[in-house]
Amino acid sequence: MCLAIPVQVVSIKDSEAEAEIGSVKRRINICLTPEVKVGDYVLLHTGYAINVIDEAEARETLRLLEEIASLSEIH
Amino acid sequence: MKFIDEYRNVELGKKLIARIHQRSTQPARLMEFCGGHTTAILRHGIRQLIPQNIDMLSGPGCPVCVTANADLDKAIASAHLPNTIITTFGDMMKVPGSHSSLQQAKAEGADIHVVYSTQDALQIAQDNPQSSVIFIGIGFETTAPTIAASILEAEQKGIKNFYIFSFLKLCPPVIKAILNLGEVRLNGIIGPGHVSTIIGSHPYEFIPKEYGIGCVISGFEPLDILLCIDKLVEQIEGDQPQVEIAYRRSVKPGGNRRALDLMNEVFEIGEANWRGMGTIPASGLKLKRKYQRFNAEQIFSIDPGPPREPKGCICGEILRGIKMPTECKLFRRICTPEHPVGPCMVSSEGACAAYYQYGVN
Repeated sequence: MCLAIPVQVVSIKDSEAEAEIGSVKRRINICLTPEVKVGDYVLLHTGYAINVIDEAEARETLRLLEEIASLSEIH
Repeated sequence: MKFIDEYRNVELGKKLIARIHQRSTQPARLMEFCGGHTTAILRHGIRQLIPQNIDMLSGPGCPVCVTANADLDKAIASAHLPNTIITTFGDMMKVPGSHSSLQQAKAEGADIHVVYSTQDALQIAQDNPQSSVIFIGIGFETTAPTIAASILEAEQKGIKNFYIFSFLKLCPPVIKAILNLGEVRLNGIIGPGHVSTIIGSHPYEFIPKEYGIGCVISGFEPLDILLCIDKLVEQIEGDQPQVEIAYRRSVKPGGNRRALDLMNEVFEIGEANWRGMGTIPASGLKLKRKYQRFNAEQIFSIDPGPPREPKGCICGEILRGIKMPTECKLFRRICTPEHPVGPCMVSSEGACAAYYQYGVN
């Protein structure tokens, strides 16, 4: 029910945007994420973008995971 | 797909699991409150990969499952109102109410449309100005802002034939209710990822403060969940319970301000009726007085009669974490996804459906 998937915004017009999901494009509502820009990834939930995915934080989490993995090798 | 594939890296996963095994020494019981987590944990076999001293329980985090029969019956009864179109998320169709289901009502001739979004429901209302179009509003804080946005859009566009049932529910109050019940002793909570995208991490601060256990908000990919378990293990082993976010690409401490503003404009906090737990004060969202003209319960005269629970179904106990789906006498024998007795077998996020689909004994 709270399922949300990452999609990339490819164009914006007022409170609507077009987003790409794999190779499929669909119209999404962006009234909950007024800060969104073309090229951003958003989490799509029931036709609405519910946030803009933070790419820097995504990279940081992956770096943390790599670090944890390297620690488990040492022990 | 970006933001999915990289969090399914098998090699990193193996190392993360090895580290959890190295660090976890104490018996620990964790509860995931979100149905999406239940499904992901079972689908990726995480229960089998983590140390045996860590026990994982599912909580009341599937909106379809926690909708009480009394509310479900109202929705089903409304489908038989004259000149009415019901719009609903697909998961609700097969859920058995006290006497019938939406699917059965549709078979009997009721006009019921499965929609993906409230946007679709609004479009149906615009395309059918002679009919009343009712949307069955179920969900948690993730979905509530989208329903609020549809109400505001209906008002702005002057759509006068759009109504909703608000069976919307709130996560932190039910977490508190489970902890207060004390039926299961928990050592940590896997916090809901997309609810928290909206509400942030602050509303969970009461968990370490009042109950002395940690809450780590998790994403839905296997590495997200393993990272969350790793953080909870670290908290438990170090006896330092706190609220942490292990899903930082999506969850900010303050949540989504805009979504919260829309939600608070349209809804106010009220009591809600939960399957298995009854009425919990201040655990639901009701339309504010100025939006009562959208309130299906106010506008239409609906009396479905007293609710009845399905005989032998233990969904209520499963939702409270005190029983496992496999402990139900009906599981797999009488209750299956094709012929569900209770809602936890219907919803794709229900614990029974997940245990059934992923063959966990």
